[in-house]
Amino acid sequence: MSTTTPSPGKKKINRIGLEVRTYRGGKTTLCAGCGHNAISERIVDAFFDMGVDPSSVIKLSGIGCSSKSPAYFLGGSHGFNAVHGRMPSVGTGAVMANKKMIAIGTSGDGDTGAIGVGQFVHMMRRNLPFIYIIEDNGCYGLTKGQFSPTADLGSKLKTGVVNDLPPIDTCALAIELGATFVARSFSGDKKQLLAILKSALSHRGTAMIDVISPCVTFNDHEGSTKSYAYARDHDEPLGEINFVPYFEDIEVDYEPGTTQEVSLHDGSKILLKKLDENYDPTDRLQALRILHETARRDEFATGVLYVEPDKDDFIELLNLVDEPLASLTADRIRPPRKAFKEMMENLR
Amino acid sequence: MSLPDAAVEDAVARMTTGQVVNDFNIQISTVNGSGSQTANLLLMRAIFQMGIPVSGKNLFPSNIAGLPTWYTIRISKDGYVGRQRDVDFLIAMNRATARDDVMALPPRAAVVYDEPLELSGLRDDVSFYPVPFDKLVAEVCSDAKLRRLVRNVIYDGVLAKILGVDMAQLELALNRQLGRKVKALALNQAALQAGFEFADQHLTKEDRFSLAPMDATQGKILIDGNAAAALGALMAGVTVVAWYPITPSSSLCETLIEYLRKYRIDAETGKATFAVVQAEDEVAAIGMALGAGWSGARSMTSTSGPGISLMSEFAGLGYYAEVPTVIFDIQRVGPSTGLPTRTSQGDILSTAVLSHGDSKHVLLLPSSVKECYVMAQQAFDIAERLQTPVFVMSDLDLGMNNWMSEPFDYPEKPMDRGKLLDDEVLTKIGKWGRYRDVDGDGIPYRTIPGDGMPTYFCRGSGHNELAEYSESATDYEDNLKRLNQKFETARKLVPGLVVERASDGPIGVIAYGSSHWSTIESCDQLVKMAGVTVEYARLRAYPFYSDLGEFIDRHERIYVIEQNRDAQLLSLMRMELSPSRLVKLRSVLHYSGLPIDAQTITESVLAQEGCDLEPVEES
Repeated sequence: MSTTTPSPGKKKINRIGLEVRTYRGGKTTLCAGCGHNAISERIVDAFFDMGVDPSSVIKLSGIGCSSKSPAYFLGGSHGFNAVHGRMPSVGTGAVMANKKMIAIGTSGDGDTGAIGVGQFVHMMRRNLPFIYIIEDNGCYGLTKGQFSPTADLGSKLKTGVVNDLPPIDTCALAIELGATFVARSFSGDKKQLLAILKSALSHRGTAMIDVISPCVTFNDHEGSTKSYAYARDHDEPLGEINFVPYFEDIEVDYEPGTTQEVSLHDGSKILLKKLDENYDPTDRLQALRILHETARRDEFATGVLYVEPDKDDFIELLNLVDEPLASLTADRIRPPRKAFKEMMENLR
Repeated sequence: MSLPDAAVEDAVARMTTGQVVNDFNIQISTVNGSGSQTANLLLMRAIFQMGIPVSGKNLFPSNIAGLPTWYTIRISKDGYVGRQRDVDFLIAMNRATARDDVMALPPRAAVVYDEPLELSGLRDDVSFYPVPFDKLVAEVCSDAKLRRLVRNVIYDGVLAKILGVDMAQLELALNRQLGRKVKALALNQAALQAGFEFADQHLTKEDRFSLAPMDATQGKILIDGNAAAALGALMAGVTVVAWYPITPSSSLCETLIEYLRKYRIDAETGKATFAVVQAEDEVAAIGMALGAGWSGARSMTSTSGPGISLMSEFAGLGYYAEVPTVIFDIQRVGPSTGLPTRTSQGDILSTAVLSHGDSKHVLLLPSSVKECYVMAQQAFDIAERLQTPVFVMSDLDLGMNNWMSEPFDYPEKPMDRGKLLDDEVLTKIGKWGRYRDVDGDGIPYRTIPGDGMPTYFCRGSGHNELAEYSESATDYEDNLKRLNQKFETARKLVPGLVVERASDGPIGVIAYGSSHWSTIESCDQLVKMAGVTVEYARLRAYPFYSDLGEFIDRHERIYVIEQNRDAQLLSLMRMELSPSRLVKLRSVLHYSGLPIDAQTITESVLAQEGCDLEPVEES
């Protein structure tokens, strides 16, 4: 970890001298045990660990329980809670205006998979520098429990209604569209999620993370394939993930080939296993195959599924000046008299 | 009511001597995609260069190639540039519409036509000039594939002889348009010449229309409204443009992109001081514009009616969360797909209140290309000052047609970036709240990501003065009241009425946008034909200012001229004005999709005034 060794009685500070509480937000108003709360905590940890300056972060969201999350982390950062399904466009505009900001957004499976699926598609294509988190619970929590497009075929609502449409696999979709960093995790998997978030912070481009986040109120019942119990029994991790920040030099060494267990919302531990030695996250076709195969077995492949680290991101393609566009003064953005005279001459 | 002397004199002159100089309407009927645009713009520019006031209107189909298209060039010594109903001189090149075009002409009109169309027998009160275009173009162009491109330029040569269009000006205009393309230039020059020589050798002038050089266009420019608006946005320092193509808006952003690439690349680094994104749809476009505006950039999008409909949710977010951006609406005919290539003022009402819930937006209403340029800049200033989306309501007629104008002025005023919190202000006001009114104008101070000032959460959900989430009844009510206070402040920031024609008679006229040109002409017609003098005030923005009420108070009856069916601007007045003022308002409504013409206004006003006036007949 990138923190200094705590001495007794002293609070932990990160490399820019901040305590972890600086990275927290307001008190959550989500249900007790909601997976989204765990995700918020991981975000706090990741940004603290990586020594990110909160004033250089913008946090965005759409609408839904997921989209309430930004209020509960990074209280010192600017935030924009947009409209349902349209976080990508607002994020795109914001990053174009100020490319120096680190952008993170939380969306839900409805916000991304239903109304937002169009903007999601184009965001994945553009590869905008942005950490895009889908807090995926297979249902619409805020409007009291309708199915979402990621709800599994055959899963049942509390009312007994069965979903008879195939789910959208947002990870497979993202990979297909050209996304350069696609990962899946589980809200209760602290280590994996934390490691993935830290990788995402170093990725140049869109880092899309689908986090299965069981809804304790509407979708955490028997028959739901996104309940804690189900995920625990069917989770198929792609192996160990332990991100090493570039400014540190830490070696990690685990034994290969043991079964992974996922953390429950009651706080039990996770055991991470060594990477399957054949798995290459830069092989797109393999990533898609793994997703299809695991889905067929009613399992969730987790980990960093696909990564393409060297592709130009959207901001690079725009070839912008170094200073944020929002900060440019009149002399840089209002053409001079000579140029204007030329414009008028050309119109005579 | 007897006709005043001047009107009688004019009519007598047209009937006896018959000569009509610099005061007629040309219509060119061709097939779209056949290269007629070059020939038409050439003609218009040459006449403009002769110093004669001219305006061109393109009536094109919603199609890429093969359907009828008409281009009208109005020549007016008095400087009237609104659409003229009657066609005086027709160039008929399209078999599909030729017969109807000829039958619609008034008596004593003239027609140049493609010989195989055999139109001469259709009327005996019209002059006909058949021209063998295919034969002529074959003589100047050996490559059969290129003939299509220069065929239409031949009629410019014919008109040079028959109407007296100055060949030297045509050549100059041709050079200007094609200068660098040597082969194309030579070909077009030959076609011009061929047309002129044919007319010279084979046609005898029988009609009464001609052109004579004037000095009324000295120093002026020719530009369309969209290009003017693009120029305005450029000079306003726009840095983020998100757009989605839609007729008739596309050329605004496309022209802006050209200007940005030319004038906004950092000389040192070769990098751009702007970002343009062609979004996946209009919802994304306005989302990007708002995200950028929130981050402190001058941002914009441009669209037409259907796009405005799509933007409605985000417009409400921009209003309520108080995020600046500029939206250009180049209005076309709706509802739904409507008539994408026709004009209207049909989005006024819905855009003023765009979004669910209590929303009110600033609308700027340009009437000329110059105002497209000026109001584009004002829009950015007002958007950032008020911290809200601002709509510039142009239309197809203004946006896509070429208009004469005085050259634009370099912006002298510095940009108004609005109330941004800094250390000085923070010290002065003490505790900052994103939605706290400290100056009494309803406008708080805002901070932007990366400025080192306190941060906040921007959201569409209920919030208090500190931008904290709130469902409290008083917080919500107070917030909405403050937004109303902001709108009151807006009244003083937006452009007010301009009195274009003065009178202390009982009749007042209000018009806005591109209706202005036909309204001015109608005011003069009312005087000439019926001895009726009106005071005409041109409205330039919403919200209204007290000058509107004062104008209404000065008259007994006021005609509000609009290019929509539902009297949309008058409806906005109904929302605000007292009953005693409202009762005076009457409508003149035009909504066929063609630009409004002066006669329509004159006839409607006189009919409502109860004057039955016979139009002046010509024998």
